[in-house]
Amino acid sequence: MQPAQASVDSTPASSQLPKKPARRATAESMATKQREISVSEFFTKNRHLLGFDNPAKALLTTVKEAVDNSLDACEEAGILPELLVDIKEVQKDRFRVVIEDNGPGIVKAQMPKIFAKLLYGSKFHRLKQSRGQQGIGISAAGLYAQLTTGKAVTITSKIGKGRPAVQIELRIDTKRNQPDVVSETTVPWDREHGTRVELELVAAYRGGRTGVDAYLEQTVVANPHLGLTYDPPRGERVVYPRASNELPREAQEIKPHPHGVELGMLQMMLSDAEGKTVKEVLAADFSRVSGNVAEKICKDAGVSPKTPAGEVRGDDLDRLYKALGEVKLMAPPASCVVPIGEELLITGLRRRFPDAEFVASSTRPPSVYRGNPFVVEVGLAYGGSMSAEEPADVMRFANRVPLQYQPKACAISESVYDTNWRSYEVAQPKGSLPIGPLAIVVHLASVWVPFTSEAKEAVAHYDDLLREMRLAVQECGRKLGSYLRARERAASDQKRLGIFQRYIPEVAQAIADILAVDAEGVEGAFLRALPNFAKVALVEATEEEEPPRAASMLPPADDGDSARPPPPAKAAPAKAAPAKAAPAKAAPSKPTSNTSKPNQPTKPKKKGRG
Amino acid sequence: MAAKKRAPKAPAAPKAAPAKDAPKPALDAVDAATLRKIEGLAKVALRSVEKGDNPALSIRTRALSNVSFNPKRRIIELGDRRQSREFFNTSMAKKFMQTFLVARGCKSLIEEQKTVSIRQMFYLSKHTLRGSQENTFDEQSESDPIIEDLEVGIDALREELHLFANRRGLVVGRLVVNDAGDEIDLSRMGRGGWGIPSICEEKDLKFTRCDAEFILLVEKQAIFHRLNEDRLWEKHKCILMTSEGQAARGARRLLQRMATELKLPIYVLVDNDPWGLYIYSVLKQGSINLAYESMRMAVPNVRFLGMSSVDHKHFTLPKAVEIKLSKDDVARANQMKKYPWFADKKWQKEIDDLLRAGFKMELDGLLTKGISFITEEYIPKKIRDRTYLV
Repeated sequence: MQPAQASVDSTPASSQLPKKPARRATAESMATKQREISVSEFFTKNRHLLGFDNPAKALLTTVKEAVDNSLDACEEAGILPELLVDIKEVQKDRFRVVIEDNGPGIVKAQMPKIFAKLLYGSKFHRLKQSRGQQGIGISAAGLYAQLTTGKAVTITSKIGKGRPAVQIELRIDTKRNQPDVVSETTVPWDREHGTRVELELVAAYRGGRTGVDAYLEQTVVANPHLGLTYDPPRGERVVYPRASNELPREAQEIKPHPHGVELGMLQMMLSDAEGKTVKEVLAADFSRVSGNVAEKICKDAGVSPKTPAGEVRGDDLDRLYKALGEVKLMAPPASCVVPIGEELLITGLRRRFPDAEFVASSTRPPSVYRGNPFVVEVGLAYGGSMSAEEPADVMRFANRVPLQYQPKACAISESVYDTNWRSYEVAQPKGSLPIGPLAIVVHLASVWVPFTSEAKEAVAHYDDLLREMRLAVQECGRKLGSYLRARERAASDQKRLGIFQRYIPEVAQAIADILAVDAEGVEGAFLRALPNFAKVALVEATEEEEPPRAASMLPPADDGDSARPPPPAKAAPAKAAPAKAAPAKAAPSKPTSNTSKPNQPTKPKKKGRG
Repeated sequence: MAAKKRAPKAPAAPKAAPAKDAPKPALDAVDAATLRKIEGLAKVALRSVEKGDNPALSIRTRALSNVSFNPKRRIIELGDRRQSREFFNTSMAKKFMQTFLVARGCKSLIEEQKTVSIRQMFYLSKHTLRGSQENTFDEQSESDPIIEDLEVGIDALREELHLFANRRGLVVGRLVVNDAGDEIDLSRMGRGGWGIPSICEEKDLKFTRCDAEFILLVEKQAIFHRLNEDRLWEKHKCILMTSEGQAARGARRLLQRMATELKLPIYVLVDNDPWGLYIYSVLKQGSINLAYESMRMAVPNVRFLGMSSVDHKHFTLPKAVEIKLSKDDVARANQMKKYPWFADKKWQKEIDDLLRAGFKMELDGLLTKGISFITEEYIPKKIRDRTYLV
């Protein structure tokens, strides 16, 4: 608005406007420009929604989507995943990314659609815990690659022994949201089955919390059954041998629970049920709804159970929806949620932090928010080569997928901030993360994880979720607290013992001199009395073996297997058992491995001389 | 010795310990008794550790909370509260060890018939612990209280342990003494006076002849010299002493022996401040730390000659002698007012006078009235007028 006009008078602004504008277009002329927007086109312009906002994030998202898909496929097929991630900088800011798995493979006919059609997938239509969901990720990566380098995506897949390995090059027709097969050949491949995705994209390789390296390190923690070989763009190959031969239990697919359903969803379910009554739809398509319960819901809603499902609309639909939300029901079956498990979480942490002094985990019983079952579990590793001055390393996971961005916005972080770590003997400045050689894993497993945005970077703050997270963090924190307190006690026992051991020879000698008797005899008497006043037996336990070393970050020698660190695939589960016992029973004896032996008393602090 | 054989490099081998086969000088009854006490201490400890018990020394607590003023005998006495010093106790283990190191050192001294200072005992007992950087003692301030603990613990006097502190204090006047066989005429000591030995027991020090009529003890060495130069002791037929500040054990013991054996009145002249008053108080009824020695050292009849706050008026002293009381002075004065041995009205008034005046005075301030004012007027008048407190 022009300031001059505003100051003229107070008559309505419209009367001040110049005369009506001339028509610029007609409905007909506009209609010629109106056409469907393809999904691919939309995402070309809105790539940030899918995690391709900048080159560094694009690289992470690409690796992440491919790895998630591979792991989901392997687990669904019942195969222990063995992955290769290879990233090369082919020229400045341009990277070739290869992700190869030993999964079930993809039948030839499906390959183009899976990798080059957005919103195509097997996981969207069902309520089942999995890493990926929408079927956007990997094709979006292909799309991004194509947009930035013009190069097609190369997919190689083999579905079984004796079958040919099919290799195709794919482009996405962004206008039609359709794949274009550029070439298709058969290639020799020594894998029995598996899929290999190869893309070239403009990207940036960064370290730190949001980098690819951090993503893979964290993935290794949450997936002890994964064997991973990683060739980073810089530096040497990193091998994480499989730490557990136990595949996660297969998640059960479930029907929606009435408490979690939304109005639109209910409407769709009813209208889709051709020829069924309301009662039948409720009883058949919802979890935990029996015939009796369905009848009660109808009665509460004032809708006849015999009404044809498709005819429920308007006020009836609203009342039915309300009744569904209020009816008392059993929680949905927890079988659809698969946590990592306390033991395997410890195994995963040991592989990532082989020199950690203490590792613990807690898996909460299943709980429910808005009709969705979920499980929270927390693991932590303490000590070793982690820095004692830095804030704790908090690793957030949703369905085993690391969340690396937006820690501040995430309910998981809040649960860690909110916990009073000082009561577990860990320093914590007010309102911030605990400080110490500590890594904390928080995993949320659920059929439907509520993210704050489509980029799936942070978990939304639902009270039910937060409460469970806090309880899990506290439960695990208590284990750390009792370990640290036991360690403290042992250290002071050790100190106590050291004092007596240091002074006994002196006292014994003096007494012997005064009484003109043999000093050794007097010393012997003191040493015999010593166990009555200090824990001597405890010190003998220092001979305990080193904590199990499940993993190695050491790169193998150039020619592969021979120089690889001993694959702990078989040994790991056996070693996992004592590791699990550590938090509860073995804790007090553990720390003694750091303290000195009986014949080497701790050095006293040298007192200043006057 | 066993220790030497077993750990030849170990500094733990007692420096003071005599070789086993060295001929032992004959011991007198006191030394033999002291030896038995030290051995008893070690025997008790060994017996309890052999039973698997915690060896402990029982020592009477040397703190204000465990002393009391005996109004009948007019001395400060140590109470019966004891602390148990245990070896198997992290906060006591080192002191337990140190006590035995000192005990062993004393045993050696007795057997060899030698006497060392408490500083020398510190060095005799100090060495580095085997396999460690730690010393048995780091400073003399650690070994001195251990020696006192041992005295209380086995009920032996420092002299009986063959230890002495640095000597302090001077004496001149109309007295002839025999010290370790030497005849000393204290009226022929020139300007310096005779240094009071650290140990003044009958065994070594005897009074041969005395024609003094009283004893005057002054706090300050400078005043002692002033009075000695003026030949006060000659003119007034007395014995002149200085404690040179807080009185050491030698001076206190000598004063007590003179009081009981020579039966002379004793006057004490100290600065007019709380610290001077406390010096007098220690001479009179003993100290908290050495409460167990009061019997042998306190002289309840000792007379407080001055300086009093009232002297300022009585002797019309100029304003120049006034020194403003510091915060510490006031605090100390108020603390002393609460001691039971200052509960008497006259002492309460004396302290109140000081606090009310708001200033303190030094003996040296008396020189404002003339160089020999103190010798010729102040002291004779105070004694003559009997304006002293007891």
